[in-house]
Amino acid sequence: MSLAAATAAAARATTAAAESHGFLSPTGVEIAFLLVGLVTFGAAIVTVTTKQLVHAALWLVVTLGGLAVEYLLLTAEFIAWVQVLIYVGSVVVLLLFGLMLTKAPIGRSPDADSGNRWAALTVAVAAAAALVWVVVDAFRTTWVDLDGAAAGSTEVTGASLFQSWVLPFEALSVLLLAALVGAIVLSRKAVADKATPALPTPGPPSGTLPPSRTAVDTTASGEQPPAKEGTR
Amino acid sequence: MHLAYPAVLSALLFCTGLYGVLARRNAILVLMSVELMLNAVNLNLVAFDVWLSRAARDTLHSGQALTLFTIAIAAAEIGIGLAIVLAVYRGRGTADIDKLRDSAEPHGPDEATVTADEKAEATA
Amino acid sequence: MTTTTLAVLVPLLPFLGAVAGLLLGRTAPGFVRPLAVLPPLVSLVLAVLVAVRQGGDQAINAHTELTPTGSVPIELALYIDGFAALVAVLVAFVASCVQIYSTGYLRDDPRYPSYAALVSLFTSAMLVVVYSGDLIVLLVGWEIMGICSYFLVGHYWETPEARAASIKAFLVTKLGDVPFLIGLFALATDAGSFRITTVLGTVASGGLHHPTLVALLLLAGVAGKSAQFPLHTWLPDAMAGPTPVSALIHAATMVAAGVYFVARLLPVFQASSAAMVVLAVMAAITMAGSALAALAQDDIKRVLAYSTIGQLGYMTGALAVGDRGAAVFHLLSHGAFKALLFLAAGVIIHASGTNSLAVMSRMKDLRARVPDAYWTMTVALLALAAIPPFSGFFSKEAVLGAAEHVATGHTEHAPGAAGWIVLVAGLITAVLTAAYATRLWLLAFRGQGAEAPDHGRQPLTMTVVLWVLAVPSLAFGLAYGPLPDWFDGRDLTPVLTTSVLGTGLALVGGLVTYGAWRHTSAMAARVPLGAVVAHPDADAGTVEAEAIAMHAPTFGDMASASDPADPGLLLLGPLHRHAAVGFHLDAVYSVLFVRPVQAGASLVRFLDREVVDTYVRGAGALPRWLGAAVRRAQTGNVQTYVSALLAGTVVLVVAVLLVATGA
Repeated sequence: MSLAAATAAAARATTAAAESHGFLSPTGVEIAFLLVGLVTFGAAIVTVTTKQLVHAALWLVVTLGGLAVEYLLLTAEFIAWVQVLIYVGSVVVLLLFGLMLTKAPIGRSPDADSGNRWAALTVAVAAAAALVWVVVDAFRTTWVDLDGAAAGSTEVTGASLFQSWVLPFEALSVLLLAALVGAIVLSRKAVADKATPALPTPGPPSGTLPPSRTAVDTTASGEQPPAKEGTR
Repeated sequence: MHLAYPAVLSALLFCTGLYGVLARRNAILVLMSVELMLNAVNLNLVAFDVWLSRAARDTLHSGQALTLFTIAIAAAEIGIGLAIVLAVYRGRGTADIDKLRDSAEPHGPDEATVTADEKAEATA
Repeated sequence: MTTTTLAVLVPLLPFLGAVAGLLLGRTAPGFVRPLAVLPPLVSLVLAVLVAVRQGGDQAINAHTELTPTGSVPIELALYIDGFAALVAVLVAFVASCVQIYSTGYLRDDPRYPSYAALVSLFTSAMLVVVYSGDLIVLLVGWEIMGICSYFLVGHYWETPEARAASIKAFLVTKLGDVPFLIGLFALATDAGSFRITTVLGTVASGGLHHPTLVALLLLAGVAGKSAQFPLHTWLPDAMAGPTPVSALIHAATMVAAGVYFVARLLPVFQASSAAMVVLAVMAAITMAGSALAALAQDDIKRVLAYSTIGQLGYMTGALAVGDRGAAVFHLLSHGAFKALLFLAAGVIIHASGTNSLAVMSRMKDLRARVPDAYWTMTVALLALAAIPPFSGFFSKEAVLGAAEHVATGHTEHAPGAAGWIVLVAGLITAVLTAAYATRLWLLAFRGQGAEAPDHGRQPLTMTVVLWVLAVPSLAFGLAYGPLPDWFDGRDLTPVLTTSVLGTGLALVGGLVTYGAWRHTSAMAARVPLGAVVAHPDADAGTVEAEAIAMHAPTFGDMASASDPADPGLLLLGPLHRHAAVGFHLDAVYSVLFVRPVQAGASLVRFLDREVVDTYVRGAGALPRWLGAAVRRAQTGNVQTYVSALLAGTVVLVVAVLLVATGA
């Protein structure tokens, strides 16, 4: 446990005052964090267990919103607003579109969970136990001082982002461009594949399948670029 | 505030997302669970950034910068992921992960015909 | 050319003839007969030349070492004394006769080329044994004879009898050859050389450490090759081969090799009086038992086969009393008249269309159909029965005289007990030999009933050979005068006591058989019996093969026929049943060896199939089950795969944590 030991040692060295803060006398911020955290965790659990697919997306909104509140409590306000904007604003909307486009059933679907459920539960609980054990063991004495100026105000974050992290930031914009192009290619290529074999056949397209296909295709490729731009 | 609170919350959220990835049938729900895991990591990054910048050991706010990057990458990932899911749905008529079993070891001739029938159904 | 060169050419020519015959047999059929006949004839001339030049003087002793062969050197050595020179003449003579006879006998046989080549190879191997001065080279010839006899006895491999007989001949002689090989090694270890001269020198100086052991081990091989009790059982069955092969094996080559070997190394055997007594007992049992068995056989060739065993018994008896001169004298005379007997029997079988004496005794005037065979066979049978002045009389008297000499205690080189055993057994056998010779002659040539079928004259090649062989049968006995010059110098002149005794007993045996035959032959007409072959006009080999294959279905047995007109039945009484099957020795071997081996084989088979294979199958089943389980895990469901992956990760992480914290 070298990592935990190192961090614990660092914590002891730097925050000697943390000794006075016990878990049995929580501060107000801690209580708020705990309550919001419980809500977030609960919403997350409902998200991964509910049988109604659309509800899952809505509970995801609650979870992501709760996380935004946590960010606020940790004085990272810029991150909190970005979280609200991007996740709640666009990602969840995108997921809802996806659900609709794949004709996800509205209402309870009894087969929302696969047969792998119990194995998944076992793995998840075991992982949670191990992680919580390690984290608590390592950081039970570490104290974060939240007083003073906000650590993540827009000014501070912008300054560090455009002073120290300019190059990764620009590289990231290239990545996003690549993702944009990739999403378009993924959608258009399917159309091209469908169209090529139909070309040489002289007669009219038989059956009702090709038109419905192309309809789905156009909807997909028509919907996604705006979604991408919203993300951007 | 004790660092243990956000750390434990992050761990629990991560494992919840893990469960979702492993247990959900619908591919879009799996993507949601992936988002949960990413957010758990984000929470961790923010909490540790706040702790370290307060302790004046990190002046670059690397945790928050990384969180922003993660959010951007997660957005790109969800876009690409959804495109793939839609392509799969177009091709097969389903977005259920446990029906995408092309890599399965065939047990016998009957199994192979069954999958062939399923494909025929899916294309029909 | 020097005598040594001539002597080397003697075995080499038939060998080259055999190789050429095998190579050219298919491509140039016209060369096969000259290639078969000429080399033995040239060898005969050369062997006679060698014998004349050697002349009974100092032994020719030449050797060359091809390559160093370790601690005990092996050399290509010649050692030609009087014995070797004369036996080589006999071998070449009989082989030439057999080859000439075969050209007529197997006229239409499709496998004649390979047959002739094998006979040549057989002859060459025997000549190597005769001339070799090195025991390992001798062993090479010895073993080549074994494999050639296997092939030749199985010449009619379409018949099950021939197949069984060839395998039996091979296995039984091999049974003796294994101890023989060990004995040779033991002998060479003591002597420090495989050279016969060195070995004999070591024995003379008393350098042999285990004479009894070595002698008994060598005796096993001799018993196998020379068909002595208890390893004689292959010889009667070897009658399933063609008649010329029987003549070759019985007269000059294979069976003579054992006797000749003992004669050559007699000092080794004389070093152990126990071995001499064993040899005497072996000879006595062989003589008496085989004579009794011969009296009960129905197959004419089996009668002759048992008679061969009995005459070989005389030879080993002579060796047991330490007189190798008498042994080789009998070997030479027996070689001539036994070859004649077999070849004449071949003619008779061809003419009558059967090999059964019971059937022949129901044919009238068979002797008129084959006058050559009739007269020559009469000569040969008289020689066999040791009636003076035929050759068999002189050689057998030499044996009996030597035995009497030892029995009355005149020599120190052989134990007196051996002399008595050989003498008594020899006299008893003289009666029986005359009896079965008379029976054979009476049944074959004095039959009553239907006329014998007329198939025209026999081929000239076959009849001429008979007359050629009749000469030594008739006159070779007179050689008792000059022969001691070639041998050890001991006198071979008949002794009065044994001559009178032996001849008188032979006459008694013959007369008693004649009386019995007069008594029983009347019954022959009342009991019709037997059958003849389906293709009596085919060549002799085909007729014989059919006759052999027919005997068992007709009479229910290979060896005997329950014929009330048989004088042997009257003479032997209740013993006939046992004598006909060779005193149940085959049954004893079957119980002692064959069945245990078969039981062991089935046990091994059971262990292999049921026990070993179970482990093998089990070893295969476990991976198969594991494989099936692993296949089942390959569901194609990505979530399952990721679950397993993450579960493994969690387990590893927890394990690392536990180790790191020292828990």
